[in-house]
Amino acid sequence: MIKALINQLPVEVAEGTSILDAARRVQVKIPTLCKHRDLLPTAACGICIVRNKGGNKLIRACSTPLENGMEITTHDREIVDVRRSTLELILSNHPQACLTCGRNGECELQSLAADFNIPMESIKRYVKDTPPDRSTGSIILEFQKCIKCGRCIQVCQEIQNVWALSFLERGINTRMAPAGDITLAESPCVKCGQCSAHCPTGAIVENDETPIVWEALHDPEKICVVQIAPSVRVTVGEAFGLPPGTNLTKKLYAALRRLGFKAVFDTNFSADVTIVEEASEFVERFVHKRGPLPLITSCCPSWTDFMEKRHYDFIDNFSTAKSPQQMLGVLAKTYYAQKLGLDPAKMFVVSIMPCTAKKYELSRTEEMYASGFKDVDVSLTTRELARMLKQSGIEFLQLADGAADSLLGDYSGAGTIFGATGGVMEAAIRTAYHYATGHKLEKIELEAVRGLQGVKEGTIMVAGSPVRVAVAHGLANVEQVLDRVRQAREAGTETPYHFIEVMACPGGCIGGGGQPYGVDNERRKLRIAGLYQDDRDCAVRYSHENPEVIRVYNEFLGKPLSQRAHELLHTRYTARPIYKR
Amino acid sequence: MKKLTRQDLESLRTPPAETPEWIRVQLDTGGVAAGAETVLSALTQARDERRLTIPVLRAGSIGYSFADPVVEIQTAGMPRVHYGHVTAELAQQIIEQHVIGHRLLDDAIIATRRRSISLSTPVTHILVRDTGPESTSKTQFFQFSFREELKRRGLAERVQVVRAEDIGIYDEGAVVQLLPDGVTYANVLAPDVARIVGESVEGGHVVDDLLWKTPDKQVRVVLRHCGSVDPDSLEDYLHRAEGYQGLRRALFELTPEQVIAELKASALRGRGGAGFPTWMKWQLTRAQPAAQRYVICNGDEGDPGAFMDRSVLESDPHAVLEGMMIAAYAMGSTKGYFYIRAEYPKAVERVERAIQQAREHGLLGTKILGSDFSFTAKIRLGAGAFVCGEETALIASIEGRRGSPSPRPPYPSVRGLWGMPTAINNVETLASVPAILIKGGAWYSAYGTATSKGTKVFAVTGKVRNAQLVEVPMGTTLREIIYEVCGGVLDGKDIKAVQTGGPSGGVIPAEHLDTPVSYETLQQLGSIMGSGGMLVMDKTDSMVDVAKFYLRFCVDESCGKCAPCRIGGYQLLQILDRISRGRGTADDLPLIRRICQAMQRASLCGLGQTAPNPVLSTLRYFGPEYQAFIEGGPSYARKMSRGGGGGAPPPAASRPATPAEPAAKGGTES
Repeated sequence: MIKALINQLPVEVAEGTSILDAARRVQVKIPTLCKHRDLLPTAACGICIVRNKGGNKLIRACSTPLENGMEITTHDREIVDVRRSTLELILSNHPQACLTCGRNGECELQSLAADFNIPMESIKRYVKDTPPDRSTGSIILEFQKCIKCGRCIQVCQEIQNVWALSFLERGINTRMAPAGDITLAESPCVKCGQCSAHCPTGAIVENDETPIVWEALHDPEKICVVQIAPSVRVTVGEAFGLPPGTNLTKKLYAALRRLGFKAVFDTNFSADVTIVEEASEFVERFVHKRGPLPLITSCCPSWTDFMEKRHYDFIDNFSTAKSPQQMLGVLAKTYYAQKLGLDPAKMFVVSIMPCTAKKYELSRTEEMYASGFKDVDVSLTTRELARMLKQSGIEFLQLADGAADSLLGDYSGAGTIFGATGGVMEAAIRTAYHYATGHKLEKIELEAVRGLQGVKEGTIMVAGSPVRVAVAHGLANVEQVLDRVRQAREAGTETPYHFIEVMACPGGCIGGGGQPYGVDNERRKLRIAGLYQDDRDCAVRYSHENPEVIRVYNEFLGKPLSQRAHELLHTRYTARPIYKR
Repeated sequence: MKKLTRQDLESLRTPPAETPEWIRVQLDTGGVAAGAETVLSALTQARDERRLTIPVLRAGSIGYSFADPVVEIQTAGMPRVHYGHVTAELAQQIIEQHVIGHRLLDDAIIATRRRSISLSTPVTHILVRDTGPESTSKTQFFQFSFREELKRRGLAERVQVVRAEDIGIYDEGAVVQLLPDGVTYANVLAPDVARIVGESVEGGHVVDDLLWKTPDKQVRVVLRHCGSVDPDSLEDYLHRAEGYQGLRRALFELTPEQVIAELKASALRGRGGAGFPTWMKWQLTRAQPAAQRYVICNGDEGDPGAFMDRSVLESDPHAVLEGMMIAAYAMGSTKGYFYIRAEYPKAVERVERAIQQAREHGLLGTKILGSDFSFTAKIRLGAGAFVCGEETALIASIEGRRGSPSPRPPYPSVRGLWGMPTAINNVETLASVPAILIKGGAWYSAYGTATSKGTKVFAVTGKVRNAQLVEVPMGTTLREIIYEVCGGVLDGKDIKAVQTGGPSGGVIPAEHLDTPVSYETLQQLGSIMGSGGMLVMDKTDSMVDVAKFYLRFCVDESCGKCAPCRIGGYQLLQILDRISRGRGTADDLPLIRRICQAMQRASLCGLGQTAPNPVLSTLRYFGPEYQAFIEGGPSYARKMSRGGGGGAPPPAASRPATPAEPAAKGGTES
């Protein structure tokens, strides 16, 4: 243990703890713009400088570990002066466009500037005129607003192993951009949006499509329906000041109805459908030996994009089942429309997702138009939904509970845990076990695949055979899992895994790129806890036992993996170039 | 290829007898730029035409950039001399007149730094050079007077009187040097001619009242073999430069701890600028438990006007390699990297060849010279970013990452290249090491001041008469370096200030010229030692422009990683630019100080932390110049830019790629 003084307060921390983190233990907040709790310090902003007694230099609290006997001062006249001047310099290189910025009110730079009350008179503003990159339709790069903290680049390269973003040029011309100065759409970007979730300013934001949704809601010809993703229910409250993990499912149903949606569906329902299809696929391959193992989940669009670009040797291993977003869209415009006698051409399906890549997924391939129309018309992130609710004047938190619409609204506990890393695996095993054995899985909570460890492994006995599973989240963790499979392939030995789940974002969808800002592992844990609680609160905890799922098969789809199911609920994958240029 | 053994090196401890006759052409980048290749072929051709056998050899540079191309010559019965500003025609004359005719050439001999105070051999040559304002005609006058006096005494056949180009003494009237001994007289007047010939040439006595007793200020340790060995020849290094004797002593007579102790006794500090004790760096790296440790030679010299490292790498690459190997032995490393900027192709080529030769002769590889020490060295090229001279950025660059600094700690000695303990030493530091091992740490630390020991190489450029490399003991004053070694200010103008330490340094005004140079004294004056750039400025140079020039360099070279340096430097430059156009306001000066403070205190690496130094030091000593621009407004600024007070940046500074050239051309008006 390290013992030292911070502002005369004794502090004892584990070796290697940064001064920044140590200070928090004694309720001292050292400001910083570049350090993020998920990431290693880049030491770029120069705001977190502190003084160690006897040292003639000011040191960075983010990157300097506390050492025995240090006497740290975090705030004195000079330190605050230097911080203020540095902040003033950063502001002199930043557009004064706060009121019209996507991060207005939620910007780390804005809030620090407010704390310091910087008068912007002395240093002349210099902001290079660089047009934003809107090429992806998912994420917008507002280069002018970048403060070069390097968080996005670290996330993109180290956490996600995508390598779409990097720094170009140097000195005052240094800029964050897709490497090679191409557009983001031409880059290896998988649209996961982790860059936007980690950006301290409005330099990387989701493509705000709320105007399109407002337009549709105001259009009397359109029948607007909406679905909410599993994770959104436990994160949206954060945008309204509630603690992470607060489950607002029923308030969301009510609020969406008030917004003007004719029907409110739950993506948890289609998550159950996805499980029924995917578990059937698994049983086909594992029990009946029809198709290659391991089976790999495909409901994360960033992961499928990443796979198609970098791991396309696994295409045959991918579950062809569409993601819940797409399944709900197609069922809404076919099954639901038929049942209620609606014109699918007039239907407008909006999805509320934790995710920026979902905006890309809904037009990914022609299979996304299986209903004959665009199955999902617009996908909004949690952040966009929060803005819509605030604009609408609805006192969201005061609303009485509402209900989802029948046919596509009921869900099981297995569907809701889709939003957490390991959740798809757990849900799939619950159903696959039943399909393979005809029995219910006794211990349905698979602890081995829960938690925030980057790669999780477990073995479940199914009909006397071990099913070896692996769960990875954060794309940088995928490679080691796939490489083990590749090695076994080359060696001709038995596959190390039968079933693999991958989610691009750390923590799974609850940590998605479109979720409310400020994510770190503390929040991830609380959000995940909210989902597991929802699972426990559900009367039905197996996807195949969801009454509305049973009904849709009975009345419309026939059996899992039936021809109609294949036409509507399954998709295909192709190898794609990493760089589109 | 024959592998060298320990015995081979033992036997070379007494160097073999010197070949009596040779011509060496100094082919460093500066020399080649001035035409040394042409000179080399002209000499070879002339020699062959006259069917002579005298070898025409290649060499590195002695550092007299002002006189490039330089040729050194030794022939039987003649004093060993350097000729400067050699052309193809002069080369022809060297063969005809010097080699065949046994007569020294007029107006071409430079840098005769011999300073004997006693006569032991009969005088064969008298060099004359007037160092006053009317030098040319007075030099001719003295040559004539000496010749007549010699004729009168019947000595004309025995003694040749030669007009020298440079004797290394300045502003001391007529200077006369008697060769071969090197007894030198200064402030010689017409009546002294007869006395000198009578008493010294005829009588063999020294004329005491005229004798120049001040020894040459230069002490060459790092540069000791520069210019006198062929950088492409391992044999030359072994035979003429005590080559690898330092390594031999380290491997076979000392433990690694004893090598570090020797370095500690030498008190050698890092010559890259920061002045960290070298032994301690090695010790820290050695103390770190690790499977692999690395030693890196930092040859990413980037200061405008600095060419010390380039010259050493080009002129004596084996010495740097030997220093690296000794360092590696001391810290338990088996792998080394030379990080050399790609703009130094000759240095790269010569180090490459040195490594190859060393490998072929068993000086690199496993079980070197039969010891247990194994070592390999590789070269990595820098792409020209100044910031890559910073240790952590340099490591990033070698690893193939963007050359940006990382926060320290961890220091490279704990976690450096590829995550392993790494010692990064500057070229000059490593080049000092073999001499320290051969002559001992105590010998080295006898030079210098209490806190800064040994010698330091400076690249003196700008408005100085003889732009050149200078190696002096620490503690030598700025005035001695500029006036006594380099001949003072160009065109006899008044000196205004000296800029030391490059873009991280500051200006030192004329009133502080008597400051002994050391890490501490320069810092107290608001500048730094840095890697050893020294730019002389005269009264016509505008200090606002000087500050702008250096700051612009840092702004261009900022890696852009941290906000204080990236934005602060840019904004500071805008303000300076505004002031120099007469558009500054009274509020600008406090704003400058505030931005400087932020950069100094909050920048991540040394580049940003020191970038404000030229601004702050010019403000400190020449504040009124800033004030004059602010108060004088645009009309004053226009007047200044027309040359009213020197608007243009100093000539050497404006052409950092060939730092010596412009000043060299103007430096020898004769």
